[in-house]
Amino acid sequence: MTSQAMTLPRVYQVDAGPTSESTPFRRLLIAVALTFLAAFLWLPLAAVFVGALREGLGVYWEALTDPDALSAIKLTVIAALISVPVNMVFGIAAAWAIAKFEFRGKSLLITLIDLPFSVSPVIAGLLFVLLFGSHGWFGEFLAEHNIRIVFAVPAIVLATLFVTFPFVARELIPLMQEQGTEEEEAAIVLGASGWQTFWHITLPNIRWGLLYGVILCNARAMGEFGAVSVVSGHIRGLTNTIPLHVEILYNEYNATAAFAVATLLAFLALGTLAAKTLVARHLRGHH
Amino acid sequence: MSIHVKKIVKRFGAFNALREIDLEVGEGELIALLGPSGCGKTTLLRIIAGLETPDSGEIWFHGNEEGEVWFHGDDSKCQHVRERQVGFVFQHYALFRHMTVFDNVAFGLRVRPKSERPTEATIKEKVMELLRLVQLDWLAERYPAQLSGGQRQRIALARALAVEPKVLLLDEPFGALDAQVRKELRRWLRRLHDELHVTSVFVTHDQDEALEVADRVVVMNEGRIEQIGTPDEIYDHPATPFVYQFLGDVNLFHGRVSDGHAHIGAAAIQLAGHEPADTAVAAMFYTRPHDIELSHDGGGLEARIQGARRAGGVVKVRLERIDGHGAVEAEVPRESWEAEAFCEDQVVRVYPKRLKVFTAPETALAT
Repeated sequence: MTSQAMTLPRVYQVDAGPTSESTPFRRLLIAVALTFLAAFLWLPLAAVFVGALREGLGVYWEALTDPDALSAIKLTVIAALISVPVNMVFGIAAAWAIAKFEFRGKSLLITLIDLPFSVSPVIAGLLFVLLFGSHGWFGEFLAEHNIRIVFAVPAIVLATLFVTFPFVARELIPLMQEQGTEEEEAAIVLGASGWQTFWHITLPNIRWGLLYGVILCNARAMGEFGAVSVVSGHIRGLTNTIPLHVEILYNEYNATAAFAVATLLAFLALGTLAAKTLVARHLRGHH
Repeated sequence: MSIHVKKIVKRFGAFNALREIDLEVGEGELIALLGPSGCGKTTLLRIIAGLETPDSGEIWFHGNEEGEVWFHGDDSKCQHVRERQVGFVFQHYALFRHMTVFDNVAFGLRVRPKSERPTEATIKEKVMELLRLVQLDWLAERYPAQLSGGQRQRIALARALAVEPKVLLLDEPFGALDAQVRKELRRWLRRLHDELHVTSVFVTHDQDEALEVADRVVVMNEGRIEQIGTPDEIYDHPATPFVYQFLGDVNLFHGRVSDGHAHIGAAAIQLAGHEPADTAVAAMFYTRPHDIELSHDGGGLEARIQGARRAGGVVKVRLERIDGHGAVEAEVPRESWEAEAFCEDQVVRVYPKRLKVFTAPETALAT
């Protein structure tokens, strides 16, 4: 028996490949990662909910249903409802152009798409003030025609659009590049029009990537602070979004209400994470 | 229904993909475009389909009576792909991955304008008929990802046939399949073509495939057509050294032709009657490994056996010429290898039973 057992090939653990580390080192790595997560993510998340519910559910509910809070929620939803579809159209158009055609200035377009990632959101906000503010380039024209952009809803939508516009395009470009143009060519050879090809072939192939981009875009649109803060003017009940409302409450030492409204953003984050995970699973499954 | 390609030119930047290609594809023919990668064969196929626009030239399509212009460089007429009614089978099939096999095949019928679109019942009947034709009707509800390579290939073909194309174009139709499936499918394609008689052009880099399947073979190299002919013509009477080399393993000898003999090194080999053999002219001689005879004391060149490898019924022998003018590859039947008791390091005689002679062009001009 023993001699037979000796001649059997040694069975290695699946994870004991050449790239794996010794057990203590692995445990150390995991511990570092978990500690970091706990200190910077779970603890603050828990603190938000503890802070919000410290004075009971009644106070929590009151903070959320306060007219100023409701108006902030409404404005945030409006900004997202406008910027997400606009960026969806822009993202598909840009990704289509970049992935499926060769044209001059293509690399410039790719660089420009990333611009909002590299520019501080505050600068983006200032840019709109410079353009549309009372002393800005179009300030006089706007004043004459009695159009308010800065310190009003339009600027908030514009600032949100600016900071969110890479999300959908960034998600779709690599996906469309990888898929190539053969299926579209096949559809056209079979007699499909450009629109039929887009609707029946291109769109179904990118739908999960598109949804992924939309989820990220939406999270950023609702959570944006810097750019919106510059152009908003912080007029309570008029130009406050949820993040700005949280800041105002906090500055007024109304910590409980601030935390209560902040839980909305926390829920948004958790919902985004869950949706992202689900969609990512589909994205992988379709490759 | 035939296709006439006249003086088609295509450049990609500084690269000449096609240099004045002329080609006629007759009604009901099955033509192979054969050549190494980068020779322009796929570009030519895509230009015929309309997926690529040539820089100049003409493409004519002849139906029953009058010709129809598909492309005309002088007045830049170019009929759009979707109006040419060609069937195109892509190298990697390009099946619509989010659609079932049935929906893939039905696609071409469903995207027709309302006035020309058949009813769903007719579509269903037609699709199932096509799926039976490619012997895959039992896979109608599957998705492309669930099919084997050979099955995808046949579905791609059924999809292309669904629109009743005037011409069927196939880009490396068996390129992505393993050897066994390739062989089966190419016989199947040949049978299918004999049944349907639709004018077809397929691209391949595999000489066996072209020779076995096609009615005529078009050998291409560096954007030019080297030779057009039936498989037998191409194989037995290659027009250029390139065609000869491309169709299989070759040995090349340099020498001279005079008095009906090839003079290679110290050896003189009788040439078959139809080869050029007038005056002393420098020439290149080609022979295939299986046309070489090895013997201990017969005629031919002296060479030393460097190594031998058994491959099925033959022995592949590597030899080095004694006069130092290069290596020779030979294929000897196994029985004669054993009967003659050849072995490594032996010096033997190499005798080419068949030689293809190409006289060097500059010397030919001089004489």
